[in-house]
Amino acid sequence: MIKGKFIDNLPKVYGMYTGGFIVFIILMAIAEQAGVSKDAIGIMFVAFTVAIYAIIGYMSRTLQLDAYYVAGRQVPTVFNGMATAADWMSGASFVAMAGGIYFKGYGYMALLVGWTGGYVLVASLLAPYLRKFGCYTVPDFIGTRYGGNLARLSAVIVLTVASFTYVTAQINATGTIASQALNIPFEIAVYVGLASILICSMLGGMRAVTWTQVAQYIVLIIAYLLPVFWISNKMGAGFFPHFMLADEVARIGELEAQFGLGSVKNSAADMAQVKAFGKVAGITKAHAEVNTTPWKFISLAVCMMAGTASLPHVMMRYFTTPSVRTARRSVGWSLFFIFLLYSSAPMLATLSKLSLMDPTLPTGIIGKSIADVQAIDWYQNWNQAKLMYINDFNGDGTLQLNEFFMAGKAVVLATPEIAGLPYVISGLVAAGGMAAAMSTADGLVLAIANALSHDLYYKIIDPKAETAKRLVVARVLLVIIGFAGATIAAMEIQGILGSVIWAFDFAMSGLFFPLVLGVWWKRANAPGAVAGMLGGLAAGTAYLIHVRTGGAEWFGVTQLTFGIIGSAVSLVLMIVVSLVTKEPDAATQKMVDEVRIPSGRTVLGKQH
Amino acid sequence: MSKQAQHWEKTRMLLFVTLAIWFVFSIGIFLFGAEMEASSFKPLGYPLSYYMTCQGSLGIFVILIFWFANRQEKIDDEFGFTEREDD
Repeated sequence: MIKGKFIDNLPKVYGMYTGGFIVFIILMAIAEQAGVSKDAIGIMFVAFTVAIYAIIGYMSRTLQLDAYYVAGRQVPTVFNGMATAADWMSGASFVAMAGGIYFKGYGYMALLVGWTGGYVLVASLLAPYLRKFGCYTVPDFIGTRYGGNLARLSAVIVLTVASFTYVTAQINATGTIASQALNIPFEIAVYVGLASILICSMLGGMRAVTWTQVAQYIVLIIAYLLPVFWISNKMGAGFFPHFMLADEVARIGELEAQFGLGSVKNSAADMAQVKAFGKVAGITKAHAEVNTTPWKFISLAVCMMAGTASLPHVMMRYFTTPSVRTARRSVGWSLFFIFLLYSSAPMLATLSKLSLMDPTLPTGIIGKSIADVQAIDWYQNWNQAKLMYINDFNGDGTLQLNEFFMAGKAVVLATPEIAGLPYVISGLVAAGGMAAAMSTADGLVLAIANALSHDLYYKIIDPKAETAKRLVVARVLLVIIGFAGATIAAMEIQGILGSVIWAFDFAMSGLFFPLVLGVWWKRANAPGAVAGMLGGLAAGTAYLIHVRTGGAEWFGVTQLTFGIIGSAVSLVLMIVVSLVTKEPDAATQKMVDEVRIPSGRTVLGKQH
Repeated sequence: MSKQAQHWEKTRMLLFVTLAIWFVFSIGIFLFGAEMEASSFKPLGYPLSYYMTCQGSLGIFVILIFWFANRQEKIDDEFGFTEREDD
């Protein structure tokens, strides 16, 4: 119904959609002035946007294999860039990142460098070649390039471990936001989040996910940038914050010194009280100073970069472009759209911190009397939500910097209220966070389900299965994986950001070198690849367990950077095992030659 | 050398240049975090270390990918390996 004509009209369709969304924001602002309650506005924002995604998901339903697996390979460059950006920027990027920068400063910004630099590797080492290959999934490439079910199965295992770790964090994030916006318990909200995720992906597979992700990108980028610009202008910090906050960054440095950051410390007994309250933290690191060793910064950045280039839900987005050339350019657009948000996160952290700290601003609370702060409306709300906490440890009746505590996610979610913006902006931010978490969860659930249905079921278990049956299997698996993810998310084992970083390390341990060498080293063969994938994953996991159970760290590699150990083992194993076993046959070598040039047919057929 | 081997040779050279630039701005400069912070060169007034982590390197990566894509397209054109519409 929408194919063809829909593709030609994309700018118009999404232009109207963006206009409609802005009108909706204005209507909500009017409703707020007219006295509609905050709760109602929050519910309307989340319900309205999720309903739109569901409609797009339903309209993109399909019964064709290449539409289900790779969106018919006709997604234009810029739109694929937007979809990838939404696919990529998760609840962690949207909700947790500015908070991390707020608390940890420079050391944390290694994630900004890592999560963008990885795209250079994607563009130059992998995406165009995998597009030329014509695969449906990442294990599809591994299985065909190296040959044999064992290689394919190993890839499916690594993919499932990495993506599943990631998806529980995203379902957790959708649950957190849905429970706050809709005012329902977290355990139920997780399943509400899951239902919205499944509506988007189940009927139309990759095609539905693509077009909902574009819509989700538009919502999340508006929701992120609008408050940053608004607060900056309101505060008089500059109309274009990214270029104009140097004075504010310097001012935070002065205030930190004035309030005794680093010199005034909380006692262990005080911190025990904070811990008893909930997962909140105080500011302990300087805002802009270099506060970490080069190795810590670089090792974290390297893990995130190599992880980016190995995460299948990102890679499979580049299978949907019409050509090799567009796949390559599309990576550039993806990073551009990601850049818009990532370069704003430190600015949001700066504005948020200054709003709270500067006594000359009406919003500043540090240095005010404890009783005054406790009487503030937003403090009471966020305190009730267990995301904000103050305690007069030194008993002087005024709030000191070391007496104020906040949860990481509150930085993004609460800053609009703290800075005195109307509540409609907070509703918008909730919708944006929901969009970010949903779009990533969609991509991940689909990546796992596709690998299991295409590579495990069709290629290994039942190669004679009919198209209709394959699509039924794909959808059943999607639902099963979604439920498994939601069930684990409801248990809340690991924080959102921690799980996300682990997922990168898992992907890097098992997939980075087998993927890269598959294109760039003809001599790499199946035994080498299998050893690299399974050995790398096992080594990384073993090291993680070693560190988590109190073992000593080697070479300063922490539980957040265990991918370095995993991928090093993977590389060595892959080279050694490849060299001591037989070189790949002539047909495989010819296949690699074919992959290296853009022209000609794809290695795998259109329907396979 | 065959046309395909020449094409791959040039493609590899481009890869090395791209990865070298990538290495400098993702790893190289962060070996010198403290030196960057102390530097009197302050883009837009921000300390250099702060600027590079929140805008500088990120922006360079965006430009680098587009530059790389353009160069690779030129190489593909040169050897006649550009895809045709009906492929």
